[in-house]
Amino acid sequence: MSERPALLLLALPLLALLAAPAMGDTPGSVQAKNNMAEGKALFEQICAACHMADARGSGDGAIPSLASDANLADPAYPVGVVMNGKGAMPPFAELLTPAQVGAAITYVRTHFGNDYPQPVTEADVRKLAQP
Amino acid sequence: MTEMTTPSRRQLLTLIGRMGGAAAMYQAMTAFGHAAETQFTGPPVLTGAKPGASVVVLGAGLAGMVAAYELTKAGYSVKILEFQDRPGGRNYTLRGGDSFTESDGTVQKVQFAPGNYINPGPWRIPHHHRCLLHYCRQFGVALEPFIQLNHNGFIHSGSAFGGKPMRYKEVATDFRGHTSELLGKALNAGALDQSVSAEDKEKLLEALRHWGLLDNNMAYTSSVHVSSQRGYDQPPGGGRNGAPTPSQIAGLSDVLDPQVWTAMSFYFNYVMQTTMFQPVGGMDMIGKAFARQVGKLITYNAKVTKVAQGGDGVTVSYKDAPSGKMQSVSADYCVCTIPLSIISQVEMQVGPKLAAAMKAVPYAGQLKMGLEFKRRFWEEDDNIYGGHSFTDQAIAQLSYPNDRMFSKGPAVLLGAFARDLGAFQLTAMTPEQRIEAALKQGEVFHPQYRKEYMNGVSVPWSRVPWILGCTSRWSEANREKHYRNLVEMDGRVVLAGEHASYYGGWMEGSLLSGIDAITQIHERVTAA
Ligand SMILES: Cc1cc2nc3c(=O)[nH]c(=O)nc-3n(C[C@H](O)[C@H](O)[C@H](O)COP(=O)(O)OP(=O)(O)OC[C@H]3O[C@@H](n4cnc5c(N)ncnc54)[C@H](O)[C@@H]3O)c2cc1C
Repeated sequence: MSERPALLLLALPLLALLAAPAMGDTPGSVQAKNNMAEGKALFEQICAACHMADARGSGDGAIPSLASDANLADPAYPVGVVMNGKGAMPPFAELLTPAQVGAAITYVRTHFGNDYPQPVTEADVRKLAQP
Repeated sequence: MTEMTTPSRRQLLTLIGRMGGAAAMYQAMTAFGHAAETQFTGPPVLTGAKPGASVVVLGAGLAGMVAAYELTKAGYSVKILEFQDRPGGRNYTLRGGDSFTESDGTVQKVQFAPGNYINPGPWRIPHHHRCLLHYCRQFGVALEPFIQLNHNGFIHSGSAFGGKPMRYKEVATDFRGHTSELLGKALNAGALDQSVSAEDKEKLLEALRHWGLLDNNMAYTSSVHVSSQRGYDQPPGGGRNGAPTPSQIAGLSDVLDPQVWTAMSFYFNYVMQTTMFQPVGGMDMIGKAFARQVGKLITYNAKVTKVAQGGDGVTVSYKDAPSGKMQSVSADYCVCTIPLSIISQVEMQVGPKLAAAMKAVPYAGQLKMGLEFKRRFWEEDDNIYGGHSFTDQAIAQLSYPNDRMFSKGPAVLLGAFARDLGAFQLTAMTPEQRIEAALKQGEVFHPQYRKEYMNGVSVPWSRVPWILGCTSRWSEANREKHYRNLVEMDGRVVLAGEHASYYGGWMEGSLLSGIDAITQIHERVTAA
């Protein structure tokens, strides 16, 4: 019984894809779970893909800069954006755990010219993520 | 006598086809239970256009070019503005000598041998994408089979089979065998007697025994019989040593790894079913074929920055990249196919509903890599001719070339088709690091990798400057709220592109949306 939630978590993102009515072209495999915990690693390996290593975004703001970003002052904003997506940014609620999201946001809130030292915890993410 | 006056179904269809054209023919076929596979009913019939009516099309991808082609045919005067210096948009192929620049300025030079290529975007065409196939036929684009399901491809999971790659035929047969045995046990224990009649129970047991390759005791066990589907230790031969020996089946818990059933169900998808096709020589043959029709209408290196509209027309401002000069084009109507992922770069004068819809569609960020090797070791050593191998690592899958099988010399395989976190991880790396990761992960399947590797290229779609994303990923909730508003003409502007379709991520969707967009314009023009 105790193993159940873990299994469901593993399967959910995939089921979401398979359930889509007309699935776009996509690979046919499942990915291993990503266990990264450190905010720095999460930023550099995931967020930086689009927001770039210096967090300045790209495409003249089409992908926004996170550097010196006043939007980060209230954790509710970044948590909502990361978990539920915004514009072209996909939702990460099915890809990362709340703890990972908290760690990544905490890292960005304390780097790249941002100075909001209060950590964003797993519990914060769970609470603030309601769409 | 009466029999002779009743036309056969075929005669009737021919008659309907002659009288009512393709659309009527199609409707009739559907009524007879045939061909209900697409919404495509033939190219649009746009009769009665006002002479001189003009349309400006933004983007020379397939959506833009089909719109321009059919509008021109109907007598409209059309101009296309395209940001890049080539037609096709995501319909794109990289070959030796090409270079690819990422959004941060990183340049990769493709070093493939002549004839080799990779399709970084679209690469396979379902047999029921009749609109796309119609234009391929019409423009003479040669197609060849895209080998989709290869039973000899590999399945790999770090948490099953001791991390050893298995052949698809092995795990698929084992999955079927084990689940059949379990269902048989439940039936024989009477556990399902409430749900199954005695007669159906007999039928089902019989089906399970054959379908699951079960033995006389209704158990799934290693045998030559099972090997006739999963493969042998020693396959059948001739003469004195001709007798085959069975392979060993894998255990239930390994076979229940999600990699196994995901691969199996993947091939059941409507859009993934055989037969699939690819253009001979590269996917961009389709974009080039369209450009042969409408190329003279395209202004390249034109970055649209503003779309303004009023009662009497549309004015589009764009920057001419080489000179940096701002220019503008005016027309009666505008078809905008610019991907929504970068539409925020364009000041669009549209109503609030469309403006909201344009901001409501998430994009995927997939990544593909092409790796060139000195020889086709997957064919020569591993008996893999086209198709895919799947893994739970970031690269997600390998796909083997579907063309020029058995040829000598260098060949290119798709060394990664990553999505979600795996794609972001690879994207965040430098091109050199991506290659190293692809070699390390791909080696799991093919130890020949390092020895045979020559060069490679990676295309991370979230860093492709003119889109910053891959394809639209509508959620059902967003669809409900915004789809109609996105595709409905707004004043004199109408959107098209794969994002403006229920076929997101497919060229068919781009074409069908382009056709609907110009149909809306034409209805407006002819109603006036
Ligand atoms: C990784 C991947 C795999 C895919 N696999 C398949 C597949 O196997 N089969 C399939 O059928 N489909 C597949 N697709 C989907 C297919 O590529 C698209 O549906 C189709 O090519 C999109 O055509 P489009 O005309 O809608 O958009 P695009 O082709 O993106 O055209 C938009 C055009 O607008 C231009 N543009 C952008 N900004 C501006 C500006 N400011 N001013 C002027 N022009 C601008 C762009 O340069 C581009 O040329 C895949 C896509 C990707 C990314």
